[in-house]
Amino acid sequence: MASATKNLTHLERLESEAIHILREVVAEAEKPVMLYSVGKDSAVMLHLARKAFYPSPPPFPLLHVDTTWKFKAMYDLRDRMARESGMELLVYQNPEAKERGINPFDHGPLHTDMWKTEGLKQALDLYGFDAAFGGARRDEEKSRAKERIFSFRTASHGWDPKNQRPELWNLYNARKNKGESIRVFPISNWTELDIWQYIHLNDVPIVPLYFAAKRPTVERDGMLLMVDDERFPLKDGEVPVERSIRFRTLGCYPLTGAVESEAKTLPEVIQETLLTTTSERQGRAIDKDAGGAGMEKKKQEGYF
Amino acid sequence: MSDADVIYKTDALIAEDIDQYLEVHQHKTMLRFITCGSVDDGKSTLIGRLLYDSKMIFEDQLEALAADSRKVGTQGQEIDFALLVDGLAAEREQGITIDVAYRFFATEKRKFIVADTPGHEQYTRNMVTGASTADLAVILIDARKGVLTQTRRHSYLAHLIGIKNIVLAINKMDLVDYDQAVFDGILKDYTEFAHSIGIKAFTPIPISGFKGDNITGLSENTPWYRGPTLMEHLETVEVNSATDADKPFRMAVQWVNRPNLDFRGFSGQIATGTVRPGDAIRVLPSGKTSSITRIVTMPSEAGPAGGAGGGGDLEQAVAGQSVTLCFADEIDCSRGDVIGQADNPPQAADQFEATIVWMADEEMLPGRPYWLKIGTQTVTATVQHPKYQVNVNTMEHLAAKTLDLNAIGVANLSTDKQIVFEPYEANRTLGGFILIDKISNATVAAGMLHFSLRRAQNVHWQATDVTREFHANLKNQKPAVLWFTGLSGAGKSTIANLVEKKLARMNRHTFLLDGDNVRHGLNKDLGFTDADRVENIRRVGEVAKLMTDAGLIVITAFISPFRSERDMVRQMMQPGEFIEVHIDTPLAEAEARDVKGLYKKARSGELKNFTGIDSPYEAPEDPEIRIDTTGMTAEQAADAIVARLIP
Repeated sequence: MASATKNLTHLERLESEAIHILREVVAEAEKPVMLYSVGKDSAVMLHLARKAFYPSPPPFPLLHVDTTWKFKAMYDLRDRMARESGMELLVYQNPEAKERGINPFDHGPLHTDMWKTEGLKQALDLYGFDAAFGGARRDEEKSRAKERIFSFRTASHGWDPKNQRPELWNLYNARKNKGESIRVFPISNWTELDIWQYIHLNDVPIVPLYFAAKRPTVERDGMLLMVDDERFPLKDGEVPVERSIRFRTLGCYPLTGAVESEAKTLPEVIQETLLTTTSERQGRAIDKDAGGAGMEKKKQEGYF
Repeated sequence: MSDADVIYKTDALIAEDIDQYLEVHQHKTMLRFITCGSVDDGKSTLIGRLLYDSKMIFEDQLEALAADSRKVGTQGQEIDFALLVDGLAAEREQGITIDVAYRFFATEKRKFIVADTPGHEQYTRNMVTGASTADLAVILIDARKGVLTQTRRHSYLAHLIGIKNIVLAINKMDLVDYDQAVFDGILKDYTEFAHSIGIKAFTPIPISGFKGDNITGLSENTPWYRGPTLMEHLETVEVNSATDADKPFRMAVQWVNRPNLDFRGFSGQIATGTVRPGDAIRVLPSGKTSSITRIVTMPSEAGPAGGAGGGGDLEQAVAGQSVTLCFADEIDCSRGDVIGQADNPPQAADQFEATIVWMADEEMLPGRPYWLKIGTQTVTATVQHPKYQVNVNTMEHLAAKTLDLNAIGVANLSTDKQIVFEPYEANRTLGGFILIDKISNATVAAGMLHFSLRRAQNVHWQATDVTREFHANLKNQKPAVLWFTGLSGAGKSTIANLVEKKLARMNRHTFLLDGDNVRHGLNKDLGFTDADRVENIRRVGEVAKLMTDAGLIVITAFISPFRSERDMVRQMMQPGEFIEVHIDTPLAEAEARDVKGLYKKARSGELKNFTGIDSPYEAPEDPEIRIDTTGMTAEQAADAIVARLIP
C-alpha cells in the first residue's frame, strides 16, 4: 500500500531531523566537534553522525571532557567507538583540577564545576571549536525545554535564555559573532523512550552498566553507589555489598546512583524504565543544587 | 478510575509483553502542534494535563509539583499543572511563559511534540516560530470570555503560517456549568470570523483542562457533545509529511559526500515527493539533468532496509527523510542547489512578493542588504518599502514605511542571485525563509514567498551618485529614444543608419540598436512567436532605457508590431524621451521591394509568423513622427527626423 510507506514513524522523523542538523553544522561551521560523554544519549548521537555522513566518517573529532572519575567500562567503550567510527578522539582533563586533586568525595560541587564546566570551556578555547554537538534532550529538564537547537554562547561561554534566536521551520542561522560559539543539540526532540527504542532497533553499542549485573555497592544518603575502583574511600564499617544493579544514567561513578534491577536485556531495561515512577536525572546529584532553577543557573555559567 | 486508564490500556502490555509493546510503539507516527491562547486561557494547564494523563510525569516530579503548587500555585491546594510547563526561573516568578518551549508526550498511536507559545501581546514572533514546524494548532478560548482579539490574532497567525488543522478548544467549560448554549454561541462567533480570514475548516471541542473534560475521554458533563475528544483528534488527524509525499520531488542539497574518487553523493532532507533509483532528475538552478542510481544510507546489521532501524541502499525515499543520492552522470551539483523531478522542476527567480514577519527590535530598513536563508541557499536580499502592514487584531491593511518588532507586512524583495523556490503555500521548505542582519548576525525576520515578479517596474533601484542628469550634461545633450517601427522592408534600418550618421557629425553621442543585430546576441534565444516578440521588445526597451540613463541618444530599428509593447517601452522612459517614428510603407510596396527575399519565403510558407503576412502589424495611432516612404527619399526622411529631434 503506497500510503502506508509515506507515513514516516516517529523515530524515522526524529532520525532525519537529527541528520539534517548534523549536516547543516558541518556545512556552515568552521570547526565543529562532537562532545562525547559515552552515555546512551551520546551513543545515539554518535550513531546518527555516522549515518549522516556515510560512507565518509563524520568530518569532526570526538571530544571527551574527562573528569578521571568515570566508570572503567565507559573508558573502554569510548576507545572502542572512536576506533570503529574512524574518528579522532580528543580527551581533555583540566590540568588545574588534576594538580589540585579535585575529586567528588572531598570537593562536592567544585568537582563538577572544575572538571566539567571549566574543563569544557578550556578544551573549546584550546582547540578553537566554533560549534559543539551535545546530546542534551528537551525532556530532561525544564530549562532545556526552552533552549534552541542551535544555542549560542558568549565568548565566556555563558547562555542568555532571554536573548535566543528564533528558530523557524528547519532553517538554522549558524552565523556567529567574533568569540561566540554554538552548542548544537541534534536530539533535542527525543525523549528517553525514543532513545531506548532507537538503541534497540539499531543495535547501538552502549556501556554494559545500563544492564543489570552483580556489582559491589555501598548505600549513602539514599543513593546506591558502585565501588568501581580502589579510589573509592570506604567509611568506617562500610563494606561493599554485591547487589544486582544497573544505571539509568552515567556520570562520575561517585556521583551516580544505581538502581537495584534484574533487567539484563534491552527490552527488560525499557520495560523497567517505562514502569518506573521516578525521573531519569534523579540519580544524579547535580540537579539538586540551587533548587528548581539549578540547571538553568548552571547553564548560564557555562555548564553544557 | 480516570479516563486516562481507558485510553492507555497498553500500559498493561509493558508488564505483560514488552516485546509486543515495543512492536506497537515502533510504528507510531509523530504530530507536532502548538497551543495558543491568552495569558489566562489555561494553556499551560492543558499541556500539563496532557502530560499527566499520558503518564509522562514521574513521581518525583509530582512531589515537586505538589510542593510548588502550594508555594506559588494559583489553584489553592489543588495541583497547578501550569507549573509543570512554565520553565525558566524568571517566568515562574511572573507567572507567565514568555518564550517557545517544547513538550513531549506519547500514546500508543503517536508521539507528540507541543510547542507552548505565549499569549502575550508582544510575542507574535514566538508564536510564528512555534507554528512554523507544527502540523496542527490548538486555539484556546476561555468559555467565559468568548472570541477575543487574541483569539483572532492567533487564528490569523496559524492560518498565515499555513497550518491546515485547527482545533478550537473552548476551555473552562466547568466554569460555565457545561452550558451548551455558551459553546454554541462561541462556535457561531468563531465560525463567522474563521471564514472571513480564509480558514476553511476547524474542529471545535468543549473542554476543561483543569478538570479533564473531553481531554482523553468523553465527558459525562457534556452529553450534548458528540465529537472526538481532544486526544482522539490529535491521534488521528493527518500530518504534513504524509501530504508532502504526494507532491513533486524536491531536495535541497546540504552537503556533497565525497570520501574518495569512486563515490560522489548528494546529501539532504527530502522536502516533498518521492524518489526511486532510475528517476530522472534536474539540478536547479543549472538545469542539468541526470538520473538517480542509488539512495544511500548506512548499512545496519539490525532490521531491514528502510525503517529507522534499517539501513543500506533504499528502494524508495519520501518527504521528510534524510538521504544521500548518487547520480548516473558527473554533473555539477553543490550545497544550495535543489534536486527536482526532471519534467517538473521548481523555478528560480530573483524578485519576489513575500509576507514578512519582523522579529528584531531594530526596524526593517528597506534597501539594506540582509542575508536571506532559504533551504540550504544563503544569498543577499534587499526588501522594498512594504506594500502594506497587517493589523493582526483586525486584519486591516495599513500603509507602512517599514516594519518593526512583531509587525507583519507584504513587500517585494530582490536577491543578488537567483534562488530556487516554490510558493510557500505549495512547499514550506522552498518557500519559507529567514532574514539575518549582516552586522549582528541576528535572525531579524521570517518570511514566506508568494510568487516571483517578472515586471521591471518592481525592481528596487539602487541609487548611484553619478546621476543620469550628470551623464547627459557631460555629453552636452538631452537623451532620447528614437523608436523606429514599421513592416519588414519598410526602410527602418536604412533611415536609422542615416540618422545616426547625421547626429554623429553634429557631435551627438548615439547608439543604434538594430533588430537583426540584437537577435545575433542578446536575443538569440528568442524566436518569432508572439510571446518571443514581446520579450524581444521588452529586452530592447530595457537596454535602451539604460542607454538613456547613460546620456545617449538611442535609435532602435525593430518591426515592434504590437502597440502594447511599444507603449510599455514608452512607459519605461522619462516623459518626453520616447519618440515613436513610424516608417509607414504600405505592405504592397514593402513586399515589392523585398530586399532580403523574406516576403517571398513567407508567401511560400517557408517562413512562419511573418509580420504583415501571417502575423499582425498594429500601426501606431499617434506617433511623434510619421514618415511616408512613398513620398520621400531615405535622405529626406533622415533630415526630417533629425530636425524634429534637434530643432
